[in-house]
Amino acid sequence: MNLRKYLKVYKKFLHTSLASELEYKTNILVDLITAILSLIGSIFLLSIFFQNNGYIGGWKFEQALIIQSIYTILNGITNTWFNPNLTEIVKHIREGTLDFVLLKPIDSQFFISLKKLNPSGFLEIMLGFFLLFFCIRINQINLNLSFLTLSLITLSCSICILYSLWFFISTTTIWFVKTWNATEVLRSFLYIGRFPLNSFSFSLRIFFSVFIPIAFITTIPSEVFLGLSQLWKILLEVIVASVFLITSRKFWLFALKFYSSASS
Amino acid sequence: MVQNIIDVRNLSKSFDISSKEPGLKGTIKHFFRRKTKSLKVIKDISFEIKEGEIVGFLGANGAGKTTILKMLCGLIYPSEGSIFVSGYLPYRRKENFLKNITLIMGQKQQLIWDLPPIESFYLNASIYDLDKFEAKRRIKKLSEMLEIDEELFIPVRKLSLGQRMKSELLAALIHEPNILFLDEPTLGLDINAQRNLRKFLQEYNKETNATICLTSHYMKDITSLCKRVICVHEGAISYDGKLDLLLKKLSPVKEILIVCRSEEDAIKLENSSFTVKNKIKNEITIKIENNSIISSLKTILNNFDIEDLFINEPPIDEIIGRVLIKKDYDI
Repeated sequence: MNLRKYLKVYKKFLHTSLASELEYKTNILVDLITAILSLIGSIFLLSIFFQNNGYIGGWKFEQALIIQSIYTILNGITNTWFNPNLTEIVKHIREGTLDFVLLKPIDSQFFISLKKLNPSGFLEIMLGFFLLFFCIRINQINLNLSFLTLSLITLSCSICILYSLWFFISTTTIWFVKTWNATEVLRSFLYIGRFPLNSFSFSLRIFFSVFIPIAFITTIPSEVFLGLSQLWKILLEVIVASVFLITSRKFWLFALKFYSSASS
Repeated sequence: MVQNIIDVRNLSKSFDISSKEPGLKGTIKHFFRRKTKSLKVIKDISFEIKEGEIVGFLGANGAGKTTILKMLCGLIYPSEGSIFVSGYLPYRRKENFLKNITLIMGQKQQLIWDLPPIESFYLNASIYDLDKFEAKRRIKKLSEMLEIDEELFIPVRKLSLGQRMKSELLAALIHEPNILFLDEPTLGLDINAQRNLRKFLQEYNKETNATICLTSHYMKDITSLCKRVICVHEGAISYDGKLDLLLKKLSPVKEILIVCRSEEDAIKLENSSFTVKNKIKNEITIKIENNSIISSLKTILNNFDIEDLFINEPPIDEIIGRVLIKKDYDI
């Protein structure tokens, strides 16, 4: 793979998607306001849960806020990259415009995963980081190199798992043509990621760890921030993320053999 | 000797197609128990195309023309047989193969809707690894050939269909491919835009010696661009050869309208050995076989007092229409 070429193409992707989005100023403004209101609403909801009882699943409100901040960062990444690109796969396949992607001398997964960008998602990412820094202060977390490395690893793994899950579902469109509902179900499961895994029953904890690994997406990175995580959990998250990423890649290449292109 | 750039041998393609009975009962049955059957849409076809050739694929809707084109450019895996395009197996979609080809579809677009076409051109240039100066040179050259200038800087959504199609062509040709697959490129365009597009394709072929495979329902596209046609009927090739040979075979006679100086001359002509289609006063229409046109006209001019005459070519759409519904043409 020619890295220089891919960087050049990604720079063009950034440029064209920013230019496209900036054509509609009001839409960006509305998206920005929605992101701020959505974060305020989520924190308010979380505070209601903690009003009568100081702890949920062994987590204090200040600690649970870390999960909220990681969720906000991931949701921002989802809105910036995953949502505009991965939902588009369904459209590409239904309308047959995937033809143009497949005939370009560039990796098709790279193209359809990164071509578009929604700049209003950036604000959500920034808000998430502000909240995270605030949580680090109120929880008196000691920032050191190993802490930052582990946080970065677990956050990256979370992004990989989330991307792979979404990409996997979108790829099934090649056979099922319409899979909007499946991606919507995934998004609603992600809302669960705003709460500590321990606050759910045992069976739900198993479900959210094994079948839909929400636990890996938000809870483990939060545990790292609070110094509660065990090494085996971090290693497990790295393995799960790698398996998900490789599988989604193999699945895409396999699915393309069945692509029949839309009729003209 | 001109090399074969496309080589297709015993190619077949089958799709699984589901069918549904009408009504609510049919819909429920279809939802729970979908009946699918394998349908062979391309049946054991073979052909070669030489470098620099322009070949038209003719066929009714659903005959399999687009499926053939999509297999040639590597979008669809063949079920049986072999295809080599420029020495590559298309469905492997190797980088060097993709840099050699392009696909233009009249009903689908790759330009970024909200931005001027120039942005899409530079994006494509970066994908094909062209530097800025080379991209600029190619855009300038192609935009001159396509006669577009200001349109390059207007958002695609505000361009007319003709301007959009020209921009689509430029986006698809920026990497200077030597094989072009065109699927109904003039669809929906007005007469002038169609003519300009054909002119451009002729120039492009002349200048670059690019091979062009074209499907179109506009017969003018086929007659003005293609010397050779491949007729596809229900997934099989019914004719592969020169277009003029096919036209001669399918339309062996020409109609000639003769305006005589007097009605007596017309009556004389009516009673001669020519096959008469109709006669109105001093105007008479006769049918003459293509291979005896010159000698017949000489006879008429020498023996009758003629004021004017018109040779009517049979409508090409009508002739081709006959091709589309027939299975075999042995010429």
